Amino acid sequence: MLSRTAAHLYWIGRYMERAEFATRLIEATIRLAALGDHEESEQAWRSALAVVGAASSFRATGETHNPANVRRYLTLSEANSSSVRTCLAQARENARAARTALTVEVWEAINRAWLIIRDRTKPGGVQQSLNLVDSLKAEIRGFEGALTRMLRAEGCWFMQLGAAIERGDNTARLLDVKYYLLLPPGQEVGGALDRDQWSTLLQIVSAKTAYRHIYSGPLKPWRVADFLIFRGEMPRSLAASAEEIVDLLSAFANRSGRQGAADRLARKRLDRIQALAIEEVVQGGLHEWLHTYIRDNAAIDQAIARQFRFG
Amino acid sequence: MAKRRPFDELWGDSGGQSPRADFEAVAAWLKDLPASELQRRQQAAEAAFRSLGITFAVYGEEEAAERIIPFDIIPRVFSAREWANLSAGLEQRVRAINLFIGDVYGARKILADKVIPADIILGNSQYCIPVAGARAPHGIYAHICGIDLVRTGPDDFFVLEDNARTPSGVSYMLENREAMLRLCPELFDTLPVAPVDSYPELLRETLQSVSPGRGDACCVLLTPGHFNSAFYEHSFLADNMGIELVEGSDLEVDDDCVWMRTIHGRKRVDVIYRRIDDAFLDPLVFNPNSMLGVPGLMAAWLAGNVTLVNAPGTGIADDKAIYSYMPEIVRYYTGEEPKLPNVETFRCREPDALAYTLDNLEKLVVKLVDGSGGYGMLVGPTASKQEIEAFRAALRAEPQRYIAQPTLALSTVPTFTDQGLAPRHVDFRPFVLTGADGVKIVPGGLTRVALREGSLVVNSSQGGGTKDSFVLAPGEGGAG
Repeated sequence: MLSRTAAHLYWIGRYMERAEFATRLIEATIRLAALGDHEESEQAWRSALAVVGAASSFRATGETHNPANVRRYLTLSEANSSSVRTCLAQARENARAARTALTVEVWEAINRAWLIIRDRTKPGGVQQSLNLVDSLKAEIRGFEGALTRMLRAEGCWFMQLGAAIERGDNTARLLDVKYYLLLPPGQEVGGALDRDQWSTLLQIVSAKTAYRHIYSGPLKPWRVADFLIFRGEMPRSLAASAEEIVDLLSAFANRSGRQGAADRLARKRLDRIQALAIEEVVQGGLHEWLHTYIRDNAAIDQAIARQFRFG
Repeated sequence: MAKRRPFDELWGDSGGQSPRADFEAVAAWLKDLPASELQRRQQAAEAAFRSLGITFAVYGEEEAAERIIPFDIIPRVFSAREWANLSAGLEQRVRAINLFIGDVYGARKILADKVIPADIILGNSQYCIPVAGARAPHGIYAHICGIDLVRTGPDDFFVLEDNARTPSGVSYMLENREAMLRLCPELFDTLPVAPVDSYPELLRETLQSVSPGRGDACCVLLTPGHFNSAFYEHSFLADNMGIELVEGSDLEVDDDCVWMRTIHGRKRVDVIYRRIDDAFLDPLVFNPNSMLGVPGLMAAWLAGNVTLVNAPGTGIADDKAIYSYMPEIVRYYTGEEPKLPNVETFRCREPDALAYTLDNLEKLVVKLVDGSGGYGMLVGPTASKQEIEAFRAALRAEPQRYIAQPTLALSTVPTFTDQGLAPRHVDFRPFVLTGADGVKIVPGGLTRVALREGSLVVNSSQGGGTKDSFVLAPGEGGAG
């Protein structure tokens, strides 16, 4: 396979995953904002901007910080490199360039998602935003379904690899931002506000009921962190993403008979996570640990690009 | 002058009274098919083409619109005898074209023998100076030619243009046949239609055969990318040949060898079927701003380490100024009389021809020698007074840029229109492959049809459509 084609496929995976994460973030933030008062609502949208690293770029637009503006910025703004529209536009551009390596189903799912958002200029009211989010989520599920029906070969693996890298990054950023904002000094852990915020976080990663299956009893912040970091059975956990990357890289290695730096880095990271428990992470500082994870993830992304000569 | 009815491919000169010999079965099929059924199939064809995504982009239109080329389901049919004559003529012409290109970039015998004025060749913008003195692997330059033919009578075929650079349209030949097999299967029961689906395989063999050396040649198709109007065809051909579809950035030249970048490292490339123009091939030699090509590609070609299909510089053979000399060129290199004649052509660079052209503009077709796609062209009989005067001024200013030809009464084929079946003018582009083992022609080609009543312009960018082109196999259905 051409390196350029591989790079396009990898970025299709990353952008589709990023688009999905952004839609879920918008959906959950709308809910969180509705639960609180005016100030809490603004705070919810501020934290959503921080999760996708768009706080400073939003400030640069000079727009007033209010829920409607932030919602539009996260959904439709072409100035925002991580808005849903930008992600879907990028995914489709990459798909066009690698069209011959895609099945009709994969192409159509990406194209349909793009067509849904292409002509939107205003997000409309909250209800319209939620409708938009619902139809986008359906198309993105269609994309994931189409991936499973592709040949089990490099083409499919590159898209899955991109998605796994992106997923780990998103979950880590989400945890990091919420960890800081959700435990303001003096606030009693376990208060009503706290519970709302942590349950919102679970909703973003579509894990609200899954949490109940694994842990009985009330929501506890450190358990949510345990769930999203260490539980391999939770698809969006950091451990699951780390394991998926190792598995996908092994699939490549089995096919080509060769391994590289990306394989080594990915395995080392997985070993580290598996040897650790949440208590140790909390002791050493969750924020620092998450930052190390994000840096390692970026290093693996770079190693993949070098190993497969994305150039 | 009384207006004669143009020759019809199905009905001849009978005016729809009786079909030509060999075509009774086609006429019977057309008569038996109810109008409503014809309409249903025509619509089904359009839906199929759209969902397959067989589109082309039209330059200069807003939104870079992706359009489908209209397809007409009534085929154009050649008898076995007609095809035998045509293919003999095509083979002769393409053989001469390859010898001619090799000569003008090599020994230049044809200039020394004063068959063609030297300035027309050496001063031509299509004469590719970097190629001069080089020899293409196996001495083949125009591996793929799309020779445009027109017809005015039962035995009157003329070559209108020799497309020897990167002719397109072959994917329509293949897709149109697929559509016909699905929509009109009964036609193939009654008619012995020669298959065309071996084209990708023949093309792959042709590419393999012209490799500069080494056993199992690595062949690739080089495309300008997915923004190009013919990208569909590029991906279609690469898929059907099972070769990589590459862009310039996928290739690199190292020590005069061409490599492609793959996920497992770089891989040596032997043959490049390039669908980008000479000007963009190599920024070190041609257009320095080109992002589409590969720096160093020409050096690799000149070193004989890679075969370019077609070779750079083949534009010298399909230039419209050279075209008028093609009969002499065929005689010179083959020692035979041309089997396929040219359309009579007035070279406006010659004073007598210019005077004649200026006196007869309303009867003639005037073309830019370096124009294509139906642009930069005057069709005298249908042009307005202003258009004619604009061309008159342009001709006086730069006569060497123009040629003129009589307006031909192009043959017609019954075509499905809003008003039912009606005759529409057609031309024909067969694809001629030249490999190390000789010339091969798939029995078929691209029939283009001018859908507007009376129109003679068949280009897809100017409202033309396509038809399938049947070649009947020799035997019981043939003339014998």
